[in-house]
Amino acid sequence: MSAADPLAPPRVRGWKRLPVVRQLRQSVGLQRGMLVTGLVITGLFLLTALLAPFLAPYGYAQLQGADGRNFGAQVPPSAAHPLGTTVGGFDVLSRVIWGAQTALGAIVVAVLLSIVVGVLLGLVSGYFGGWLDRILVVVADAIYAFPTLLLAIVAAIVISGGQSSLGGGILAAAISITVVFIPQYLRVVRSEVVRVKSEAFVESARVIGSSSVRIMVRHVLRNSIRTLPLIITLNASEAILTLAGLGFLGFGIQPTKAAEWGYDLNKSVSDVAAGIWWTSVFPGVAIVLVVLGVTLVGESLNDLSDPRLRSRRRARRAAPAVATEPAP
Amino acid sequence: MSTTIEVPPVSPPAVPRGRRRNRPSGLLLYLLVRALLIIPTVFILVTLVFFLMRSTGDPITAALGGRLPADQLQERIREAGYDRPLLVQYVDYLGQIARGDFGRSLSDGRSIGEIVVTFGGATLELAVYALLVAFVVGVPLGMLAAKLRDRWPDATLRVLAILAYATPVFFAGLLLKLVFSVWLNVLPVAGRASTRVQIQFDSMPNPTGIYLIDAIRLGDGNAIGDVLWHAILPGLALGLLTAGIFLRLVRTNMIDTLGRDYIDAARSRGVGEFRLTRTHAWRPALIPIITVIGLQIALLLGGAVLTETTFEWRGLGFQIAQYLQARDFVAVQGMVVVLAIIVAVTNFVVDVIAALIDPRVRY
Repeated sequence: MSAADPLAPPRVRGWKRLPVVRQLRQSVGLQRGMLVTGLVITGLFLLTALLAPFLAPYGYAQLQGADGRNFGAQVPPSAAHPLGTTVGGFDVLSRVIWGAQTALGAIVVAVLLSIVVGVLLGLVSGYFGGWLDRILVVVADAIYAFPTLLLAIVAAIVISGGQSSLGGGILAAAISITVVFIPQYLRVVRSEVVRVKSEAFVESARVIGSSSVRIMVRHVLRNSIRTLPLIITLNASEAILTLAGLGFLGFGIQPTKAAEWGYDLNKSVSDVAAGIWWTSVFPGVAIVLVVLGVTLVGESLNDLSDPRLRSRRRARRAAPAVATEPAP
Repeated sequence: MSTTIEVPPVSPPAVPRGRRRNRPSGLLLYLLVRALLIIPTVFILVTLVFFLMRSTGDPITAALGGRLPADQLQERIREAGYDRPLLVQYVDYLGQIARGDFGRSLSDGRSIGEIVVTFGGATLELAVYALLVAFVVGVPLGMLAAKLRDRWPDATLRVLAILAYATPVFFAGLLLKLVFSVWLNVLPVAGRASTRVQIQFDSMPNPTGIYLIDAIRLGDGNAIGDVLWHAILPGLALGLLTAGIFLRLVRTNMIDTLGRDYIDAARSRGVGEFRLTRTHAWRPALIPIITVIGLQIALLLGGAVLTETTFEWRGLGFQIAQYLQARDFVAVQGMVVVLAIIVAVTNFVVDVIAALIDPRVRY
């Protein structure tokens, strides 16, 4: 992998070298289509989340219209409520839109926390080795093999403190997701660190007397995080699914604190048997779309980073295809 | 299909070197070490779950706090031994688990072992149906996608696979229910059997809990049909999720093996395309697939919790959700530990299968 760089396309500068932008320029045909679709969906999701207060017709916990009358429960889609109302008397459209904000919050907190902790542990573990490394790896392996959702449940119990009200629900959900992700980051970063630290430039840095911290941060870390954008996108989609799963099992965020799609789906289980479809279909579709968008981005990045999976321009368009092949 | 000839990125496995060794003993040693590795894995998980759960306080306060007067609460805590130092409780707990005692639920007083025996069959049955769906749907489609790589069937299948992954299993379940049970009214909404059949099962001696087996033992054709009828939607919901993962996995691995030199060699010898895919490329691709399937079983168990809740499929996952609602964390902890052991053992079995298929794994 490391030897591929000299043969990579000529150095481009500035914003064109940013992770996603670079892959976008590199992609062709179908893979570009998937990447662009994913980016568009993800962009729409981000916009919805950020502009929720302006887009949503009502608040997420609003039960009455401006005229002071209750919305009513399980009202079918109508002009006042384009997607109907839930069993609890909330407006479905508003809760779907506000739910984007909750999901985004959980993703950002979860990914940031797990990156900081996971990368740090991976760096220390891989660089110093020894007994700390062994313990961390064994623990990470044990956690890694464990059902994500069960671990998140345990973490959710711990964080919600055995209390029924979930204050700072987003944080609680995000931390439970983080517990699951840390081992994944640790494993990935550690294996990269182990590979990088035996490179000659690390050796030279040590010879000229750089401190361990400086070597770790300047030389090893920077060369060990190339795969991170990929894992981040994959984990972001997993974060949404875990958040929704927790919500569906009743560990969600209280409806008065925030809108959460999994919670709404949980409440709609009995509606489905009665043929009331609008309470479950819309929050569900929201989850599917967001995960789809983020996963499409992640998948495409993965394919583009793996030379075996990358589709290349057809030979007639780029004749010297052999020259751009990565070296073995 | 790349027209450039690639230098093999990985040096071919040095097979001849291994032939000299005493093969059975190598395999045995591997199996032994791998079996012993189960112990630290389970130990770590038990320790983690124990301290995490205790870090919030004792389970009795969590379950009954606010509903009992303080002195009665203290009494119950003392009775259950939760007032002792944490380390003493921990050592005690490890001892219990070593003896196969996973505790007793607070809400209904049943032992975890009993719960697992009663409801484990249901979860196993669901998992088998789901794996069946996943194999039947995921593997052939994955092979097709690899063979027709980068053409429109491949594109469609990949998007479908991502869609299957992106759909939370409980939402897929709700949609299936909505379409097939409510709108078309052809399949049951929930449960594992109709009331009439359920009564038959409840009154039968030594039930296995696996309804299909129980129905066959009853020799009642109606019961067999009824049980399978109820299993279609849950099996599909959980199976399709896994099928998407299988599809991706098979596709990636097949693309890798289809690009190897021996495929070109076989093709030049005139081996038909179908046989080429079915035998030459598929067999080597199978090993990484089996290894990853081991990891999928953990995911399947997590998915089972959600599927069972959606379909009121009374298995382990359904029970966990019930105990969560009842804030019975002793039961939750016990069942999580049992599932951890199941996952560790399953992974061991998967590794053994991989080692038996592929001699390279053993070294």
